[in-house]
Amino acid sequence: MSKKNCNTVNKPIILFLNEDKEPLFSKKNRALLTDPMDDNNPITVQVLGICSALAITVQLKPAIVMSLSVMAVMAASNVIISLLRDLIPNRIRIIVQLVVVASMVILVDQILRAYAYDVSKELSIFIGLIITNCIVMGRLEAFALGNGVWKSFLDGIGNAAGYGFILIIVAFFRELFGSGKLLGFQVIPDFIYDMGYVNNGLMLLSPMALITVGLYIWFQRSKNRTLIEKN
Amino acid sequence: MNRDSNAYTFLFSAIMVFIVAASLAATATSLQDIQAENVRKEKMQNILATIGVIVEREKAPEVYTKYIIEELSLLSDGTIDRGVDAFKLKLNLEIKKPINQQRFPLYLAEVDSSQYYIVPLRGSGLWDAIWGYVALEGDRSTIKGAVFDHKGETAGLGAEITQKWFQDSFTGEKVLNQNGDLVGINVSKTNNDPDGNDKDDNEVDAISGATITGDGVTDMIKERLQNYLSYFNSKKQKIAYIN
Repeated sequence: MSKKNCNTVNKPIILFLNEDKEPLFSKKNRALLTDPMDDNNPITVQVLGICSALAITVQLKPAIVMSLSVMAVMAASNVIISLLRDLIPNRIRIIVQLVVVASMVILVDQILRAYAYDVSKELSIFIGLIITNCIVMGRLEAFALGNGVWKSFLDGIGNAAGYGFILIIVAFFRELFGSGKLLGFQVIPDFIYDMGYVNNGLMLLSPMALITVGLYIWFQRSKNRTLIEKN
Repeated sequence: MNRDSNAYTFLFSAIMVFIVAASLAATATSLQDIQAENVRKEKMQNILATIGVIVEREKAPEVYTKYIIEELSLLSDGTIDRGVDAFKLKLNLEIKKPINQQRFPLYLAEVDSSQYYIVPLRGSGLWDAIWGYVALEGDRSTIKGAVFDHKGETAGLGAEITQKWFQDSFTGEKVLNQNGDLVGINVSKTNNDPDGNDKDDNEVDAISGATITGDGVTDMIKERLQNYLSYFNSKKQKIAYIN
């Protein structure tokens, strides 16, 4: 690759070199945290990471642990890639990103296996699948490669929070209506069951996760009209 | 150094791989003991569950020593090999050995002065390994309780073998027929007894859509129990002799 091309890759880095003078939580930096919660939510707006949103939202607890795991992986790998952004050879940058994400995921998996064994059994393969979560690689490629460490850290936390927020909302409704419980504790009182109420078994199956996400997208767009595409 | 040169790319990859490998190996080794301890406690928890003792994982070792009075490692002819720690035997490795070199772990439990024989199981489901424990009562035929687990059976179908309702259906069933021959427990689609009221039919009701996992459970129980018959028979003879 010629030097000219190389410079175009470096350009955004130069733009953010003066970030040190900015206050830690300037308006711009705050937006990195808040944007993914609504305007730029990875699941409901960018439609990334849908697969895991279906798979681990049957109960609230695994959804929370999954969100925290993704947050740890995203923040750490964003920081590492951002630190290395001037060193990573452009030609193998995707491989480097994969290696960083994969090692972070293995670290999280090992730690869960040691300190949260039950949860790690429940999440089993889904922890490994964080590697393939499009949001993680997407943020590395689109943000961390071209931005400073602090901004990248905030971006990682923000996007993982946006992802986790949806996961937790979906899991809340699925566990509540599917098994009448929240975090494993029964919340729908017995007398309602005595009156003939039954848990909705369909809520436990994957299609209802998609439908719940769909309902949330409807709700979100009716509140935030800027998200509605103009034809 | 030019970031786009081949030499730089090679150097970068080499250093990266070295650092990543070293840090992952360090983490894995330092957490190994805690992870192994979790697996050990879970095994105790499962063994206890077959005799109806439900404990939290953290308390499992304490309760285990209270109820499990002996751990035996048997040879194929039913004699006891005292030189082997039965709890540490790994069934997945034992199964691959020739039959005369295999050791068969057996746990003897005592709850409220009745004795139970707990046999570890291992077999194949549809996708991967399935395993479990089955506790037999003093007659070495009636099932006190059974626990199953799996590596990768289909969620909602084969994976249902880990559910209490399926495992509970084994309680009270008999693994020997009326002539005293081992028939095991057939996970059956045609037993016409969905509530499991008939406890002498050597059958439990199968899970719809999980035929192969169910067959795996059937095979696993019969295959594994077969290896304990000579030990069980020697017990029977001893009792007859004393009488």
